[in-house]
Amino acid sequence: MSTTTTQASLGHPAIAPPPALGTVTLKINGVERQLEIAPWTTLLDALREYLDLTGTKKGCDHGQCGACTVLVDGKRINSCLTLAVMKEGADITTIEGLGTETNLHPLQQAFVDHDAFQCGYCTPGQICSAVGMLTEGKAKTTAEIREMMSGNLCRCGAYTNIVSAIEEVLNQPKA
Amino acid sequence: MNSFTYTRATAVEAAVREKAADDGVKFIAGGTNLLDLIKENVERPTRLVDLNHLPLTAIEAAPDGGLRLGALATNADTAWHEQVQKRYPLLNQAILAGASPQLRNMATNGGNLFQRTRCYYFYDTATPCNKREPGSGCSAIGGYNRIHAILGTSDSCIATHPSDMCIALAALNATLQVTGKNGERTVKFEDFHRLPGNQPELDNTLAPDEVVTAIDLPNEDFSRHFSYLKLRDRQSYAFALVSVAAALQLDGNTIKDARLALGGVAHKPWRDQQAEDLLKGQPATEETFRRAAAAVVENAQGYGHNTFKIELAKRAIVRALKQAAEGTQHAADIFTNSNP
Repeated sequence: MSTTTTQASLGHPAIAPPPALGTVTLKINGVERQLEIAPWTTLLDALREYLDLTGTKKGCDHGQCGACTVLVDGKRINSCLTLAVMKEGADITTIEGLGTETNLHPLQQAFVDHDAFQCGYCTPGQICSAVGMLTEGKAKTTAEIREMMSGNLCRCGAYTNIVSAIEEVLNQPKA
Repeated sequence: MNSFTYTRATAVEAAVREKAADDGVKFIAGGTNLLDLIKENVERPTRLVDLNHLPLTAIEAAPDGGLRLGALATNADTAWHEQVQKRYPLLNQAILAGASPQLRNMATNGGNLFQRTRCYYFYDTATPCNKREPGSGCSAIGGYNRIHAILGTSDSCIATHPSDMCIALAALNATLQVTGKNGERTVKFEDFHRLPGNQPELDNTLAPDEVVTAIDLPNEDFSRHFSYLKLRDRQSYAFALVSVAAALQLDGNTIKDARLALGGVAHKPWRDQQAEDLLKGQPATEETFRRAAAAVVENAQGYGHNTFKIELAKRAIVRALKQAAEGTQHAADIFTNSNP
């Protein structure tokens, strides 16, 4: 396609110009980041497309799979179903903020130890969700872990090992 | 998503004025349903007014001694609230039966009331749907309608109301606190959602520029004998095919008071007060429950794929009433809701 054609289609008079971009300040993994984004940018797209935080995954983009789970003010949410602009001033934690390569979060270590994945695509969402679940403190039994993790799908079917990894951390004596 | 502008409401009255002045405005709270609908091009707002900064998150005593649930309290905070668990465990069970923990952390009580149907034709902009595009026809009648309604349907729409929370609110006789440009008013829960009739595009009776600020639960005690029984295609994280909110007050084995509401079967939470009357004063026996169940589905109509729901609803009502009578469900006992 020639440059001329591209410019011509961009200048099509029937297409109204989009509303202006706005400045949104997000606090992610303890660091304040300023973004110039459109208001309809989801938190998920802001993380992945504007902040290079691609640990958070886009699965269904409709709140059905949980791959995009992050923690906002300590609570797990689906980042695909909220706008970045709605989370100004909130404290956002993604998988990148949970541990480092040399100092894994206990849940990250447990997922490795229990082989709690196959392809790994759902794993960041599973781990963020499990962190949120442990903070909530409602799930005590295996059955309750399964119920309270039901918002995170794993198409590889690694559920057995995911549950055992979480169970290990749940039952670890508190330091 | 289509483009839209975004503003934050700083006061209820200002939000109402903004919406009254512009048809393109939609309120956003949790966003779990609205943003999905915008992505699907079913909703096309030109401006979102964010209600999340309004001071409506409290869960506190209501004037009559009941409990007032702020419209912006999340579903999770509501379900796990100590007073809800203790006094309104039916609501705790219903909320926990819906969605996922992540979604319940986002979704608000007010927003839950305004959830739209999950009818697949409503979501599919390539097909006719009277709810989405008035006058275009109903693809579910004569189409694939396994999840659709069997009660209160019309020739223009057989969609179902999707909420679990609302089924418990219907059974618990909740009322809504509403603010509009003409001031505040109270709406009885049963008068809020509506049947499709020939205007299926309207899910409820609120004016477009009104906003729900709180949900009041009356000072009544249905905390001992209750059940929220939700039947679905998988055990968790799925919408109801049929759900039943049942609550009883017993004097020995005699039913003093009864509440019965169904989800997954109609365009609104389906409370049946005639069936409740058949329960009152009767012994809490299977025979009594069967009579009430038969009354609920007396005028039910199947559309082919969903005809199984008529028998399913009957059996679910009997089972839920039995569970309620036996007092086998407990607050936050999240695994009894679909199992016993």
